[in-house]
Amino acid sequence: MTFKLAASPHTHNRRTTQQVMRWVYLALIPGVLIQTYFFGFGVYVQILLALVTAWLSEAAVMHLRNRPVRHAWQDHTAIVTAVLLAIAIPALAPWWIIVIGTLFAIVVVKHIYGGVGQNLFNPAMAGYVLLLISFPVQLTSWPLPTELAQLPLPFADTLSIIFTGFTQAGHSLEQLRIGVDGITMATPLDSLRHDLSQSLTLSESLAKPIFGSLGGIGWAWVNVGFLLGGLILLKQRIISWHIPGGVLVGLLVPAAIYWLFNPDQAITPLLHALSGATMLGAFFIATDPVTAATSNKGRWVFGLLIGGLIFVIRTWGGYPDAVAFAVLLANMTVPVIDKYTQPIAYGHGGRP
Amino acid sequence: MSIATKEIEAGRIWDFPGGIHPPEHKHRSNQTPIAQLSLAETFVIPIKQHTGAPGDIIVAVGDHVVGGQPLTDAGLNNGLPVHAPTSGTITAIGPGRIAHPSGLPDTVITLTADGRDEQVTMPPITDFHERGRSELLDRIKQAGIAGLGGAGFPTAQKFALQRPLDYLIINGVECEPYITADDRLMREHAQTIIDGIEILLHLAGCQKAMLAIEANKPEAIAQFESLLPHHPAISLRVVPVKYPSGGEKQLIQLVTGRQVPSRGLPLDVGLVVQNVGTAYAVARAVLAGEPLIQRVVTVTGDHVERPGNYWVRIGTPVAELLHQCGFNPGPQQRVIMGGPMMGFTLPDLTVPVVKITNCILVPSYAELPPPAAEMNCIRCGACADVCPAQLLPQQLQWLAKAKDYDGLEKQNLFDCIECGACAFVCPSEIPLVHYYRKAKAEVRQLAREKMKSEVARERFEARQIRLEREKQERLERHRRAAEARKKAQAEAVAKGADDPQDAIQAAIARAKARKAAQAAAAAAKQSDDESNV
Amino acid sequence: MSLITALIILGVLALIFGIILGFAAVRFHVESDPIVEQIDALLPQTQCGQCGYPGCRPYAEAIANGEEINKCPPGGETTIKNLSELLGVEAKPLDAAHGAESVKKVAVIREDECIGCTKCIQACPVDAILGAAKHMHTVIAHECTGCDLCVEPCPVDCIDMVPVPVRPDNWQWDLQQIPIRVVE
Repeated sequence: MTFKLAASPHTHNRRTTQQVMRWVYLALIPGVLIQTYFFGFGVYVQILLALVTAWLSEAAVMHLRNRPVRHAWQDHTAIVTAVLLAIAIPALAPWWIIVIGTLFAIVVVKHIYGGVGQNLFNPAMAGYVLLLISFPVQLTSWPLPTELAQLPLPFADTLSIIFTGFTQAGHSLEQLRIGVDGITMATPLDSLRHDLSQSLTLSESLAKPIFGSLGGIGWAWVNVGFLLGGLILLKQRIISWHIPGGVLVGLLVPAAIYWLFNPDQAITPLLHALSGATMLGAFFIATDPVTAATSNKGRWVFGLLIGGLIFVIRTWGGYPDAVAFAVLLANMTVPVIDKYTQPIAYGHGGRP
Repeated sequence: MSIATKEIEAGRIWDFPGGIHPPEHKHRSNQTPIAQLSLAETFVIPIKQHTGAPGDIIVAVGDHVVGGQPLTDAGLNNGLPVHAPTSGTITAIGPGRIAHPSGLPDTVITLTADGRDEQVTMPPITDFHERGRSELLDRIKQAGIAGLGGAGFPTAQKFALQRPLDYLIINGVECEPYITADDRLMREHAQTIIDGIEILLHLAGCQKAMLAIEANKPEAIAQFESLLPHHPAISLRVVPVKYPSGGEKQLIQLVTGRQVPSRGLPLDVGLVVQNVGTAYAVARAVLAGEPLIQRVVTVTGDHVERPGNYWVRIGTPVAELLHQCGFNPGPQQRVIMGGPMMGFTLPDLTVPVVKITNCILVPSYAELPPPAAEMNCIRCGACADVCPAQLLPQQLQWLAKAKDYDGLEKQNLFDCIECGACAFVCPSEIPLVHYYRKAKAEVRQLAREKMKSEVARERFEARQIRLEREKQERLERHRRAAEARKKAQAEAVAKGADDPQDAIQAAIARAKARKAAQAAAAAAKQSDDESNV
Repeated sequence: MSLITALIILGVLALIFGIILGFAAVRFHVESDPIVEQIDALLPQTQCGQCGYPGCRPYAEAIANGEEINKCPPGGETTIKNLSELLGVEAKPLDAAHGAESVKKVAVIREDECIGCTKCIQACPVDAILGAAKHMHTVIAHECTGCDLCVEPCPVDCIDMVPVPVRPDNWQWDLQQIPIRVVE
């Protein structure tokens, strides 16, 4: 009789990378549902396009690298990248936008660096930034929240506008984006930023229809949805609280101070927290383990840095939202953060 | 008294970083009292069952021995003796499978039992308080006692260095899942363990002992709570349930807040740690004169019908132990010596139970599924969060794969205690500990090769110098012989010019010179030959 | 005039810096290990001559004078990597012309076949063979570097190169290589 030999430990807690990733994309569901409610079925179409592109491109790359394709599909990391990118871009953006973004994220940002675990930058955010710089118009053309839109948008029209640029009735995206007051509407952060630069006061800007009671109509609830998903991840111990905590503290504390001293010209902390991609960034993007710092202290520093950068770019920078830039900049600092936040090993003079 | 000492005295329990909570599975084996295993027919006793050099064999094939009779003595290398587990005949001495993860053979003594189980003991020492340290240490050594907790360090050696100690720590934590040998021993033999602690305290020369037990052993804790009031020098410390709180370094941190310096010993922070099983064995060796020939072994897992704890003679083949417990091997059966976190698999069942064997685990496939295929590290940091030594396991893994030995040393690879917590939590199922063990073995191998190459260089250089010197000497001899010849010739020529008589003289001189030259050449040749030897 | 001033100022500056540099060179002189010593310390000291030089030290001297670093099969990848780090040159794969990296070996003389010719003794670079003319020879196993140089001169082919045995204490944790013995 022969016995099987194995290396210790012989037991495992049975939480695999696949399960971790599954939790991440399942936790995105509340936010995605709310986003669909406000911005239409386009969100689903974008997610589907992103998934198909991600799977196909990953299969192709793995084939070229002479690695088993199944191996890459099994870890589900591509799903997370695809979904994050899909919900970051406007729901009615043309189909080739998400295809280019996903291709770039999977092929260049992930696989050219050596595949899962080896990439320096967050693939979804690198893909987003590529799109934002290359196609600024398409990337800032968010559809109106359904309740403000003049024209209803059934599913067939959604498909039509994504693939052809026009609804079946012949309306373009630009026309769809005209609000009840007859003016093309930007996202809340965009419009606020524009107004503040035009010397309008905060309260004047907030009086516009795009803003609701909490923050931007739709946007606030979308953020609440992602916050909820993030809390699920925390509860399941998929992510540690250090990074989202750091992001929110790093963003809201300076925002609050700035707002206290400058109440007419600054975005309120509440609006900071509940607009743009704040919650998505804090709980789902910054927490990507591959590109984040690894020790708890390092995670704190990493989160604070992202939060601070979001505040700085939103307040003084050239773009209305800043999560993607902040995350990419912070990704670059990770090796340094890791080096200086390494815990002192047992027996090397650290305090217990 | 410093604040830190006050806190220790007050019974403060510190925490250590990291740690995990694997399923315990202890109830399976700790419900029944420790049973006596029937004697096996043959016993296999490895001569090295401890950390250090083996002793010298003092029996021969064909000798009849009785239980408790030493088979080896300390010998030249100051080894630890092993004893015959029962009476019988030595039938073989030679290479055999030992309890080592490599499955490689080492010298074992095979004993065929005669079934009479005759025993011999040493004279009991009951008044140990009156005896000197060296006498007691010698007794513990003669009884063959090595740490029964798993490392197998000779117990007497831990006390041999007379350094001032603050506390003696007795480890009854037993944090590894499945294993309940110490738990049952503490429940059933609390008084003997206390006696052993008193002896160890006397040896340590310190005032206080702390007995640490994990909170998941309420029965054992209750036993000691009722007995310890009569022993003011020993205090009980209940430590929270967390793996690996029973690791020596972690336990020290838990009950004293101190850290053993890297590459140092507990002695460096004024502490000595002993396992409860060792305390029991010391008590038996001193008070009853019994050498270490049996120990408690937990036999557990889905594929054994009668899980529980057994008194097993050292040298009993695992096959016999499992057979008596009702072993039903399944497909791809693993037989693990030790627990699921740190134990190693056995290649076959001829391996004997040795002094450090605390558990034999025979899990089913479903119970402890083998790890899935290794995937890429996603840098999630879960390993670093659970590492009790505060290392960066993912960093070490990359360095180990890259064979960057300098980097590994910088990242303190040798402070890894191989507890397996990192591999337990790794979502990519990377066998992290295995990489570290391999890397450690490679680093040690490189160090050995480095030393060997130093020696080789010295020898090579010494040889070069010798060859050069011999060459010079040879040349010198040839030169001298040539000179002598020339001188003789010159003399002969000078004389031959004046006198015919001198012609004869000259011929004699030439012959002399030739002889001298031949002698010199012969001498040179001879020394050449010698130098070649 | 301004030209002369400039020249004087530059000259004086050059003089001052020259003095400072000269002083620093003497004052802060660091006695460094000669490079040959450092290279030699990285070589495996098998003295096998597979590199084409009569021993490790001569090869170290050759490397210091610009010889390739990939000619040492006993050292293998590790030695090449260490040398490339020391010298700041690119690590190359082992030069196959000089042999391949193999497991560590040790010479063993089949003693009943030995005729006592002393030829292997003269060939051994580290004096690891004991014996005398017309008497049996033997290898001091722990001094043997496994260089192979004694095998060729033996007129009766009684020297074997055997791999260094693996024991529990130098085992490298290769679980795949445990010999599984089938019993029952």
